[in-house]
Amino acid sequence: MTTPLRITYREAVKQGIREALLADPRVFLMGEDVGKYGGCFAVSKGLLDEFGAERIRDTPLSESAFVGAGIGAALGGLRPIIEVMTVNFSLLALDQIVNTAATLCHMSGGQFPVPVVIRMATGAGRQLAAQHSHSFEAWYAHVPGLRVVEPATIDDARGIMRAALASPDPVIVFEPISLYNMEGELTDAAAQVRLEGARVHRIGSSVTLVTYGASLWRCVAAAEVLAQDRIEAEIVDLRSLRPLDDATVLSSVRKTRRVVIVDEGWRTCSLAAEIGQRIVEQAFYDLDAPIARVCTEEVPIPYPKHLEDAALPGPERIVATVRRLLGHAD
Amino acid sequence: MQTEFRLPALGADMEAGTLVEWHVAPGDRCKRGDVVAVVETDKGAIDVEVFVDGIVRELLVPPGTRVPVGTVLALLDTEAAAPAPEKVPTPSRTPAEEGAAEAIQPRVKISPAARKRALEMHVDVASLRGTGPEGAITLQDVERVGPSPQPSPAVAAEGAAGMRAAIAAAMSRSKREIPHYYLATTVDVTPAVEWLAAHNAAVPVTERLLLPVLLVKAVALACREQAGFSGFYREAKYERTPVVHVGVAVALRGGGLVAPALADTATRSLPELMDGFRDLVTRARAGRLRASELAAPTIILTSLGEASVETVLPIIQPPQVAIVGAGEAAVRPWIVDGNVVPRHLLTLSLGADHRVTDGRLGAHFLARIAALLADPAAL
Repeated sequence: MTTPLRITYREAVKQGIREALLADPRVFLMGEDVGKYGGCFAVSKGLLDEFGAERIRDTPLSESAFVGAGIGAALGGLRPIIEVMTVNFSLLALDQIVNTAATLCHMSGGQFPVPVVIRMATGAGRQLAAQHSHSFEAWYAHVPGLRVVEPATIDDARGIMRAALASPDPVIVFEPISLYNMEGELTDAAAQVRLEGARVHRIGSSVTLVTYGASLWRCVAAAEVLAQDRIEAEIVDLRSLRPLDDATVLSSVRKTRRVVIVDEGWRTCSLAAEIGQRIVEQAFYDLDAPIARVCTEEVPIPYPKHLEDAALPGPERIVATVRRLLGHAD
Repeated sequence: MQTEFRLPALGADMEAGTLVEWHVAPGDRCKRGDVVAVVETDKGAIDVEVFVDGIVRELLVPPGTRVPVGTVLALLDTEAAAPAPEKVPTPSRTPAEEGAAEAIQPRVKISPAARKRALEMHVDVASLRGTGPEGAITLQDVERVGPSPQPSPAVAAEGAAGMRAAIAAAMSRSKREIPHYYLATTVDVTPAVEWLAAHNAAVPVTERLLLPVLLVKAVALACREQAGFSGFYREAKYERTPVVHVGVAVALRGGGLVAPALADTATRSLPELMDGFRDLVTRARAGRLRASELAAPTIILTSLGEASVETVLPIIQPPQVAIVGAGEAAVRPWIVDGNVVPRHLLTLSLGADHRVTDGRLGAHFLARIAALLADPAAL
């Protein structure tokens, strides 16, 4: 048992990449500004010096080109880690990801798996305005052939890369922008991180908060407020957005019988909608209250701080929603 | 809006009934739960309640007419009526069977989990007050009134296994939550036995009375006199119910038992109670009890006299606060005026909730029942 170490989420992601680079010569990192600049969120700082320009590759500003190149490299036997600055920019590479990476294994009858890992920052909270702050996880979670994960804890951030590279399928790794500076303890659990499966982050009995990504910590803050009124929220961190771990969600729902889904995506056609529907399909008779959702307001993410905060599914909105479900509205 | 008021099935086997009397006339306003008509069935005359608020527009069936279940008896205007019906938690009424009721009553707002549990526990959801979002009835609202509070998936099992699980859940809860105290006393029931013998000799077989009926009545009267034994313990508080409904524990042939209520026991005559008792036992064994009868008891009498048991140490059915046990009324030696004489002796016992009453009150309660039994003609 090693001594727990306090590191940032950014450092945890970096250590995961570094370990992969050290462990397997087929692994390389590619993306805009990942080399000389050290990554637009400073995740890859220092890696160029350690591993050289062959394995830490700066690319032109063309997501379609370098994501496509990464897919080709994966088909050719390498294990590329592709960094796309934010999920907004990944839309330029959507064709490569959805039409190529997700389909080739299927269309070749299993002959050509595409073991590419594509990392991208997601979400709001850093005043980066509408074009750098959105949450399009649901778009990718929609596509068969992809695996989609979003580590929300230090351990998951540290351990996910090994699991992602071990997968024969293309894996999309979402890294919440607002968590890069978050500090926390790195534990031995990081070595056990799997690609699939949700995790119960907090045990409770009154209500289940189903969430993922940066909203995990909004739920934690809400749960602390609710606990003062002896409302014990159970928090399920989905971790994997495709495939979704129904079993963990349902077993919590069957215990608490009330659900609030907290999703930084927009409500319409959201992951929250999908999760809610799955609960209704499989646990309708266990529910003691309507399923509620707390999502981002349906506006392009505003730039001003107060408006950005107001648009996001913050702890106050979660607390108010839980109280309403429990029948004591304020 | 115009609503049809149909003849409900007042028992699972009822196919038709004779309208005896209308309690309303066209133009009258009626509230959900009001008795609007009396219908004669195989089981006797039954008050029929209306399930919506409204104004009577037209009576379609004149008194004396025999009509099949489902016949439209009257037309009501429900437009002017208040949208939120008053909840009427009066288990002493005889509500129509649920199926028929649901056809005309406005949909009850109840969570899926609560509805499922209410079915399992035979709780009449119309009698509940919801505390959930938008006033919906929640699981907790159902379990607060019902016999089995634990979310045990086993309760969902069908038939005997389901009943076993329900009993297990209720009794486990009882022993977990209720600090019982037990008292027992030997009662000389010779006057009651002799009075019964004399009474039964003078009436046709069908009108004969049994000792348990005297016990039921005595328990009910003692409850009416003394608080602390009839009622419910909910949310750390004892609630005395205004009306005493004594439940009688009925063992079922396939195993298990139920304890349906003899509604408003204290005010009913012995022959009425005997009829009710017979009816309950018959229907309990046929599996035809009404939901309201099972949810209604405010105290239970469990009599194991037939099993030649001397003393019963009974376990309270939550959320009730007391249960009376009766052993066999056997001939045993007893001392009367300094002489040992054979008398009919019965051990009367009490399991009571120490959160509500103490042993001294319990002793007084038992003594009151014994005293009432000593004068059977007055029961």
